[in-house]
Amino acid sequence: MLKYATFCMVLLVPFYVYAASDEDVRELRAQIEQLQQASHAAPVGAGTFNPAISLILSGTYGQFTQNPSVPITGFARSANNNDYSSGFSLKESELGLSANIDPQFRGEATLALAPEGGVSVENAIVQTTTLGNGLNFKMGRFFSGLGYLNEQHAHAWDFVDQPLVYRTFWDNQLGEDGVQLKWLAPTDTFVEVGAEIGRGRGFPGTDRQKNGSGAGVLFAHVGDDIGVSSSWRAGFSVHQTRRENAVSTVGTVNNSFTGDSKTAGLDFIWKYAPNGNVKETNFKLLGEYFRRKENGLLTYDTVSANITDSYTDTQSGWYVQSVYQFMSRWRTALRYDQLDSGTAQIGALNSANVISNYGFTPKRTTLMLDFNPSEFSRLRLQVAQDKSRQGLTDHQLFLQYVMSLGAHGAHQF
Amino acid sequence: MKKILYPFLLLLFSGNVHAALNIFACEPEWAALAQELAADKASIYAATTALQDPHQIQARPSLIAKARRAQLILCTGAELELGWLPVILRESANPDIAPGKPGHFEAANFVTMLELPSHLDRADGDVHAAGNPHIQTDARNFLPIAKALSARLAELDPGNAAFYQTRLQTFTLAWQAALARWEKQAAPLKGQPILVQHLGFPYLNNWLGMKQVAVLEPKPGMEPSAAHLARVLTQLQQSPARMVIRAAYQDPKPSAWITEHAHIPSVALPFSVGGSDSAKNLFELFDDTITRLLAGLK
Repeated sequence: MLKYATFCMVLLVPFYVYAASDEDVRELRAQIEQLQQASHAAPVGAGTFNPAISLILSGTYGQFTQNPSVPITGFARSANNNDYSSGFSLKESELGLSANIDPQFRGEATLALAPEGGVSVENAIVQTTTLGNGLNFKMGRFFSGLGYLNEQHAHAWDFVDQPLVYRTFWDNQLGEDGVQLKWLAPTDTFVEVGAEIGRGRGFPGTDRQKNGSGAGVLFAHVGDDIGVSSSWRAGFSVHQTRRENAVSTVGTVNNSFTGDSKTAGLDFIWKYAPNGNVKETNFKLLGEYFRRKENGLLTYDTVSANITDSYTDTQSGWYVQSVYQFMSRWRTALRYDQLDSGTAQIGALNSANVISNYGFTPKRTTLMLDFNPSEFSRLRLQVAQDKSRQGLTDHQLFLQYVMSLGAHGAHQF
Repeated sequence: MKKILYPFLLLLFSGNVHAALNIFACEPEWAALAQELAADKASIYAATTALQDPHQIQARPSLIAKARRAQLILCTGAELELGWLPVILRESANPDIAPGKPGHFEAANFVTMLELPSHLDRADGDVHAAGNPHIQTDARNFLPIAKALSARLAELDPGNAAFYQTRLQTFTLAWQAALARWEKQAAPLKGQPILVQHLGFPYLNNWLGMKQVAVLEPKPGMEPSAAHLARVLTQLQQSPARMVIRAAYQDPKPSAWITEHAHIPSVALPFSVGGSDSAKNLFELFDDTITRLLAGLK
């Protein structure tokens, strides 16, 4: 239709020229150009309101010299889900949908399709878009803003797996059902503070059913550039929750812990690229440290002995990793992990039942090489020497692919 | 308590109290254009340099902090900044620069786009649905963009509207004179066959009449492979080219390989302001571009 209109206009132009001044002709020309541009405009239809859709496809081949299901020594009360499987296995496929809901809100959901079947909601958030003044509010299910790696989705990780401290302290990633408020300071240097309250869904929370808030997080980030080639961000975060009847298994015995859990963390990342051009070569150095104090009552052997007494311990862990893109499309990375299970203060009734100090430091060294044919595809080789289980040195090998299709992903810092 | 609270609240709600208009330019050419049109009435921050691939920028903390206080964000658009700008807009929590607001300006909306893809498939590489985004290589494009930008500056800062109008007139006259000069200088380039490393120059070719015979990247955004370079070399025997051109931020190796094997000069163009030592402003950008292209003919 528009094409016809344009055509008619063009036909009409000569007739106008007789009476029209140069100015009029110019105006007509401009109108015709506008019409032509309009005919190039995006198609109109129900489909144009569809959200951006992306799908992450991922699979691994894993090889281990030890049984992957043996938990890390000294962290019986921690999460121990490493998601390792020997041989070929499909990993979670991640379906992402996002769009503006209306002028005030934006929505985003990430659904994880488990390889064994079933769909789980990884993230489902509603975010404000017009609060302004540097304020961002979101609600729903989200990865907490604590630390550096916690908010990153698995497909953006630089290794197949999370650092040991994330595995033991946050069950790989702290996901929360709740609300988050962030404020960005109006300064030249990046200064951001945030607070979250939630139900305490993710570990170490115990997903309590109760009124009010079950867990809280506070975090602060500072960051800037150094010249044109370097940039950095440093962060501090604290997390607090009350754990109720958190069951842990030591050998064949089930223990239960009820008490307060408080964690503090530091994170730092530095990125370098010659002239700031990350396309060819770049380097990044990242480190995080977490320290958790738990204080409460431990019940030993809930099935038969059932002895309850006080229990306090402080555990910590850290990692440092560096990633070097030595040429366009090729990256190599090195990571070192270490945990400290600490010395527990155990009430007299349980002092003979529960180990207070394992005298063992879990460690791991990981090497990674990946090839990225494009922004949307990644093929990875990873080897690790895992000494996180006492007396069980594990030599691990992984092959992995991570691909994304659909909407263009974001280049997060 | 109040003594502590008040300065804090003041800080919270006074983010945009500035004498000068705060401009966040995604690419250096738009920072330079804003400089021409707003002069000292604006405080301009260029988010990237000419030595950085504008497709591959990360949403760095510094960029988020700068966007937080911007009253105008000035970008190419046409999906060039798709990988990073949405994160910056979201994280900076500054609704004044959201798409559709007067504080959000996309230069690509004011020029005729080239290379609009007839179908969209990632198998074709890094294609942009809105057409090729490297619009700044045709100097003629700056006239309609300058006009639209000047109007936008006046809308955001009505107190200085007359000043912006005068600056636009001065710029337009100077640019028209420069265009005539550049086109005269560049006459020998017309019809010359060239190779390009990345599909970054359709607007330049459209303006100066050079004929692109082959691209070193097998698909847009994909690294030139040895096999593809060998194919280009064979193709060159059928249809020779005078030079191979690339943007300052691109890896010199593929062009150097062609230079070595096909014995044609390799020309690194500044691509944007700051892409070479002599391209310090918009006028020098094109002076230098044409000088380098003419040198490539010799």
